[in-house]
Amino acid sequence: MTEGAIQIREILIAVIADMLDGCGHVAVGASSPVPGAAALLAQARSGGAMRVSVLGSTRHNFFTDGGRELFDCAAQGRIDAFFLSGGQIDGAGNINLVGIGDPDRPKVRFPGSFGSAYLAFMVPKVILFREEHTPRTLVEKVDFVSAPGTSDPGIYRPGGPRALVTGRAVFAFSPDEARFTLRSVHPGETPETVAAQTGFAYNTPDTVPQTPLPDNDTLALMRGPVARAVAETYPGFAAQLWGIAA
Amino acid sequence: MTGPAILDIADLAARIPDGTRLAIAPDYSGCSMAVIRTLLQRRARGLRLVAVPTAGFQADMLIGAGCVAEIEAAAVSLGEYGPAGRFNAALRAGRLVMRDATCPVIHAGLQAAEKGIPFMPLRGILGSDLVARRPDWKVIDNPYAQAGNDPILLVPAITPEIALFHAPAADRDGNVFIGVRRELMLMAHAARRTLVSVERIVDTDFLADEARAGATIPALYVEAIAQAARGADPVGLFGAYGPDEAALADYAQASRDDAAFAAWLENIDAGQMVSA
Repeated sequence: MTEGAIQIREILIAVIADMLDGCGHVAVGASSPVPGAAALLAQARSGGAMRVSVLGSTRHNFFTDGGRELFDCAAQGRIDAFFLSGGQIDGAGNINLVGIGDPDRPKVRFPGSFGSAYLAFMVPKVILFREEHTPRTLVEKVDFVSAPGTSDPGIYRPGGPRALVTGRAVFAFSPDEARFTLRSVHPGETPETVAAQTGFAYNTPDTVPQTPLPDNDTLALMRGPVARAVAETYPGFAAQLWGIAA
Repeated sequence: MTGPAILDIADLAARIPDGTRLAIAPDYSGCSMAVIRTLLQRRARGLRLVAVPTAGFQADMLIGAGCVAEIEAAAVSLGEYGPAGRFNAALRAGRLVMRDATCPVIHAGLQAAEKGIPFMPLRGILGSDLVARRPDWKVIDNPYAQAGNDPILLVPAITPEIALFHAPAADRDGNVFIGVRRELMLMAHAARRTLVSVERIVDTDFLADEARAGATIPALYVEAIAQAARGADPVGLFGAYGPDEAALADYAQASRDDAAFAAWLENIDAGQMVSA
């Protein structure tokens, strides 16, 4: 089915899925429904070439050696793409999952760094994802570096952030420059409205296209088999977005 | 033969003294809520929790009841139910020491303990503010580097005094079936003592069946077992029963407010796990 207006989250899912095409193994952390849906969409159109591990899923998780296996796998280069988020994300690609203010007496406490400090180094294509795109979330400098965006040349670092996807726009990240470049803006946004909501400096090309909308084939795939697969791990999300139950 | 002691839940919980460095399973992997409830009712004190590698409801409940002095974790959160309200409140008030880690550090620290070695090297993490706040983590140059300097992080062994979790079944010899939840195996290997609650104790030998033996913690590592049907309620137990979503949502709500949490804890004292 392709009837119904395209929702912003469907655009996000499609644009992230495009970034994953060609990956052999994509892993998705807990509580990441949009990236999870994107990975399952990319897998569905990979013709069986892509593996997807969704933490918290029974059907889409083939690890058998406990919580450590994802990390061991990543250090060996067996994971091509992963998703990280942050309570704050700054213009140098640093993410903060710990909090704001003195960590011993925080003004605001976030859950904690999870595996970010490690996976941000090991996974070649780390996609930063944060739907809330405001000066509160996208800041000039994070209060706490859970995972640095870049490292000195002497540090072993086969991976790192390559893109940032938000509810307003898509950015590419250059580790050499330690800086983002605006790649596209979602429907309803302009480069100016995005700049007004972004707390860090970044490069803006002369022309910035609109983020592409998913085509009919992609929508049909997303709203059909992908939606049903998503519902297994993220039932609340699938019900809200597509009105389907697990 | 001398296998693990078979106790009731109260006696199993009584083996966890105040001040214990206690490893607990993540919400998705076998939480002994039956024992946690007893620790809450007792108002255990000074627990030093090790989350393997993240913590949720168990830790937040214990923190709210004043049972916890410090916690080492990669994250503390109620997952899709939102922030861990009592954890956040205790940190803001300076009542709790948080030893922020990252998931693979906790796994690697437990693996070092499992191997009986003092530390484990790990890639990544360098340049994270976590390192600056963890003087027990060290950076050395990789002694096997082919050329030049290759800094690498060392993390100390994590040896919990007690590992506590809930599993689907134990056999008559005290072997504990854990399925694919091998973080529970890691916890049992790393901790000095392991206490397990189980849904049921069955009159068979898990080690006699090769398919099952690989998913079984040998009794060698297990000090004591207690039977507690639905002992992981309301968090749920893999392969057995799901979470009680209404109870978890109620708790998440209560965790964000002092008075609501106090009322929730009164219900626990009265023997209930869900708020009225």
